[in-house]
Amino acid sequence: MIDRDARPLLELSQTSKRYGGVRALEGVDFACSAGSIHAILGENGAGKSTLIKIVSGVVQPDSGSMRLDGQDVRFSNPAAANAAGVVCVFQELSLMPDLSVADNISIAGPPTRMGLIDARAQRRRAEELLASIGCEDVNPLLRVRDLPLSRRQMVEIAKALGKRPRLLILDEATSALTNADVTVIYEVLKRLREDGLSILYISHRMHEIEALADRASVFRNGRHIETFPMGARSHGEIVELMIGREISAQYPTRVTRPRPAPLLEVRKLSWENRLRDVDLSLGMGEIVGLGGLDGQGQKELLLALFGVLKGVSGDMLIDGKPALPSSPVDAKGPGRRIALIPEDRKTEGLMLPMSIAENLCSASLDALSSGPFIDPGKQDVAVAEAIRQLQIKIGSPADPVATLSGGNQQKVVIAKWLMTKPRIILLNDPTRGIDVGTKQEIYGLLRVLADAGAAILFYSTDYDELIGCCDRVAVMYDGAIRVELEGDAITEQALIASALNIDTASTPALEHAS
Amino acid sequence: MSAALEKPARFALGPDDKPIVIASAFIILLLVIGTAYTLVTAGTMTLLSPNYLLQQLQIGAFLGIVAAGMMLVILIGHIDLSVAWTLAASAMMATTVGGPWAIPTGLAVGLAVGLVNGLGVAYLRVPSMIFTLAVNAVMRGLMVAHTGGFAPQTAATDLMRFLAAGRVGGIPMAIFVWVGVSIVIAVVLKRTVFGRTIYAIGNREAAAYLAGMRTRGVIVAAFAACGMLAGLAGVLLAGYSTKAYQGMGDAYVLPAIAAVVIGGANILGGSGRYAGTVVGVVLIVLLNSVLSIMQMPEAGRQIIYGAVIITMLLAYRSGRVHQG
Amino acid sequence: MSRPTADWLIRLRQNTGLASAIALFLAFYLFYNIFHPKGFSTPVLVQNADEAIALAMVAMAQTIPVLMGGLDLSVGAVMTMVNCLASHLVIGSPLQIAFGIVTCIAAGAAFGFANGCIVVYGRIQPIITTLATGAIAIGIALFLRPKPGGKVDEDLSWALTNSLSDFAETYGLFDGGKAAWFQPIAWIPAALVLLVLVILLIWVPFRRTVIGRTIYAVGSAEGAAFMSGLPVDRAKIAAFTLSGVFAALGGLFLAIQTSSGNADLPQASAYTLNSIAAVVLGGTSLLGGSGSAVGSVFGALILRVISFNFRIFDIPPLMQSLVEGLILLAAVSLGGLRVLQVKNRLELFR
Repeated sequence: MIDRDARPLLELSQTSKRYGGVRALEGVDFACSAGSIHAILGENGAGKSTLIKIVSGVVQPDSGSMRLDGQDVRFSNPAAANAAGVVCVFQELSLMPDLSVADNISIAGPPTRMGLIDARAQRRRAEELLASIGCEDVNPLLRVRDLPLSRRQMVEIAKALGKRPRLLILDEATSALTNADVTVIYEVLKRLREDGLSILYISHRMHEIEALADRASVFRNGRHIETFPMGARSHGEIVELMIGREISAQYPTRVTRPRPAPLLEVRKLSWENRLRDVDLSLGMGEIVGLGGLDGQGQKELLLALFGVLKGVSGDMLIDGKPALPSSPVDAKGPGRRIALIPEDRKTEGLMLPMSIAENLCSASLDALSSGPFIDPGKQDVAVAEAIRQLQIKIGSPADPVATLSGGNQQKVVIAKWLMTKPRIILLNDPTRGIDVGTKQEIYGLLRVLADAGAAILFYSTDYDELIGCCDRVAVMYDGAIRVELEGDAITEQALIASALNIDTASTPALEHAS
Repeated sequence: MSAALEKPARFALGPDDKPIVIASAFIILLLVIGTAYTLVTAGTMTLLSPNYLLQQLQIGAFLGIVAAGMMLVILIGHIDLSVAWTLAASAMMATTVGGPWAIPTGLAVGLAVGLVNGLGVAYLRVPSMIFTLAVNAVMRGLMVAHTGGFAPQTAATDLMRFLAAGRVGGIPMAIFVWVGVSIVIAVVLKRTVFGRTIYAIGNREAAAYLAGMRTRGVIVAAFAACGMLAGLAGVLLAGYSTKAYQGMGDAYVLPAIAAVVIGGANILGGSGRYAGTVVGVVLIVLLNSVLSIMQMPEAGRQIIYGAVIITMLLAYRSGRVHQG
Repeated sequence: MSRPTADWLIRLRQNTGLASAIALFLAFYLFYNIFHPKGFSTPVLVQNADEAIALAMVAMAQTIPVLMGGLDLSVGAVMTMVNCLASHLVIGSPLQIAFGIVTCIAAGAAFGFANGCIVVYGRIQPIITTLATGAIAIGIALFLRPKPGGKVDEDLSWALTNSLSDFAETYGLFDGGKAAWFQPIAWIPAALVLLVLVILLIWVPFRRTVIGRTIYAVGSAEGAAFMSGLPVDRAKIAAFTLSGVFAALGGLFLAIQTSSGNADLPQASAYTLNSIAAVVLGGTSLLGGSGSAVGSVFGALILRVISFNFRIFDIPPLMQSLVEGLILLAAVSLGGLRVLQVKNRLELFR
């Protein structure tokens, strides 16, 4: 840990950013210095991603200023940030799948000879960079498309290092890596720190952060809460800072009641190597949460139950009868009546240029038509009823759904499925990127639906939501359900601990916090 | 024809209406220019005589029927390059079979080709551009094998001739057929589950699939309908020229696509009104007839034809930019 | 991943499309020569080369927009336009001929450039843009040559449509083609040499420019390409411009081969459609991002050699379309079988 100079390499002051009505970052002051590894901590939606997007030029802040090495800077695009020495390894891969590894690594500034790209030099460069992170086994000739995810992530890191950064940002850049890779990356990062780089490190894995970082900053609800040297705070205190003390009263009250007889039963459900022997049951009137870190198989589980995945093994029973659907048409059919609120409303939930009415009716057209014809009368009644029930704020049902705010768009997606009168409702992170008011309405609605007899399976990346809404929470890790929490046992500590696959009992910090 | 000249009810134009209004205005401009030309050169108003207009629309009917099918396929985000030889094959098989089964045979050939296209695109997910191109080549080969490469000697049946060239109450039958097809397509697109699904697929196939729509079936059906309409056009065209001939469909593919796009449909699928396609067909047919009245050489026609398509699309674009 | 996968094996795997196209071509061509009464002779090779070059050039022209994820429906028309232009200009003194050739290529480039500008700045889809500009190109062609005719310098025509020895003889090179060292290569058709030169001097270097790579990047992931700061707009315009150049070379050769200009609309559309087929047969993905112009050249050669075979077996030449279509269907359907292995149906829509 070399504190070479006191002056920070990067400084942000009073930086704010809003997305529509949602406040992503609010008056943030933040600084990090050269020669250090600086961890950024926070729950999902705390503002970490927005922070690094601003720093790396992907989005522009609404207000505030940024200084790099004492100079005022403003990056209008990622290329400008790269030119200034700020390089980010993104979670979503920025590689071009049809180009070779060597091409990708040198994409922004390939070595040239007489104006032409020098393939040999480029290859040498790729080999050197890959070797420096222990990836000698990746042939730079290979296409990125043909690499497994963990290798792609290493290529992404090599690409970033090739840009000779002064400030390197890693956003969950190790999430898909093998343990051996992670060890190598640690060594590389420590070496880069010795060389005087500043490294911003975002990870959900607490032990990684403890092993690596010198300093840590905690973010919550778009605000910078505290920055402290690593070791100055106990594990428990950090978790407490991340959670905050405010108790949210925005959830409908939960009534403890006897566990109902199962409506949906899932037994030993497996798919590829993404789902491993998942057992789960869902009763009428129950809201069951799916927890865990992103990408542990929650989305795949929901898709499997909705008939989207091919080659699913295991059983799915509804009312005790085998009911694994083979397509969404099948899933929403009379025998099953399953609904899925998909992950990405813009690409999976809505036909954005089409009207609100058309979107609302898109899942229940069969019920709204006589013969092949859509009954305009029935449609108008159903649309008006859906808009009223969910209090969707619209101009006219004939407006394109794209004109609505994010929250109202999501309401349209939910309303469209409620129009099918589903018995089983699967939700994939339905409140992501939505304003607080709409969130609350959705929570209330879920409870009303459950009380009316629906069984609800609810994946969320927001622990608060799981605690506030669910009767039970199944926490997934690596494609399997690791823990099922029920009633008062659903606490933030328990959720985080099982999501990180840490044993609660043996973690003194967590005991301290509770 | 009422559908084509439909006036917008309100001043507030939807994004789908704008191209239709601009194209309609262009049609009127064409009529004015053409009439001015004939007035000056010959002192007549040929273009405005009902008989001349009906004759032009009769010719337009064949293109209109092909374009109606093409529109279904374009709306789902695909394209059908096989209509040229689907049309010719239907015409040839219809005249070969002859008698009362001539027309059903022609339609069945078109339907069958469309089904093959649809299955390839929906189930194998081969890009429609190349799949239909290959099917076109196959159909052409089959027809050459069938006819030996010469114009078939068989003639169109009386019913085919009547439907294509006959007149009822002074109005060509072909126009009635086109109007009939148009009403069906317009109703299907606007009022049926099938039509709604077509737009949904064109906008976002994944969302349509996850909404539990029968996306694959609808893709197959859209191609099948396109094939069958090409078949119908083939049957009519054979009736009009009293027999089928080699390459009779070649002149219909690109103009059909152009008509659909001039009518405001997005070539990537998902948006566009059927009335627009009708307007597009009328525009192309009228442009051709004005140019031939002016005795414009083929060179000038082609250049003007291309320039009109580009200009129209740029005009639609700029309109959209202003809207925000 | 077992450690040392040999480079050549990786390259082969990445170019299975190209490799199968070459294999298919060689098989057909061998078959043809075996059954041809004068098989394996220079005159046959020369004749074949002359008939194949124009389509090969147009197929290369089509490849570049396709790599970018677009399509160019004007390549056949631009070829025809330049063919007509060449029938006026490529005649006279050597200087005039040189000027004519340069003008022809420039005309193709300018037309492609205009296509690119409409696509980039007018934001109109490539397929529609080129549908319309294709009509304009045909119009210009008809204007230049209302009836087939015109003339191309006879020496040039003779020299480029025969073997290298005839080329040398015509222009008095290498002792009139009698030089001893020249004999081992004297039998090669001049047209084939021209094609190889075009590939080596234009395509190969272009692929290694930043613009060339950007074209692949745009076809592979346009968003990622933009985020990486690549010159996306410039690459699109360059792609269409180069496409115009290749189409012009095709038209130029057609003029030299036929010694005339012909504004033939059906021929233009046939070339355009065949160019798309050639691109696909050559292993280039219609979705963009992978493939090469060399593959398309072999795709074009496959299409041509099919018709050669039809000729020697005296089958009506028009029937070849059936075989071409079936081969194309088989090729794309084979690729389509991959769909059956997709386990998450949502991935089908991406």
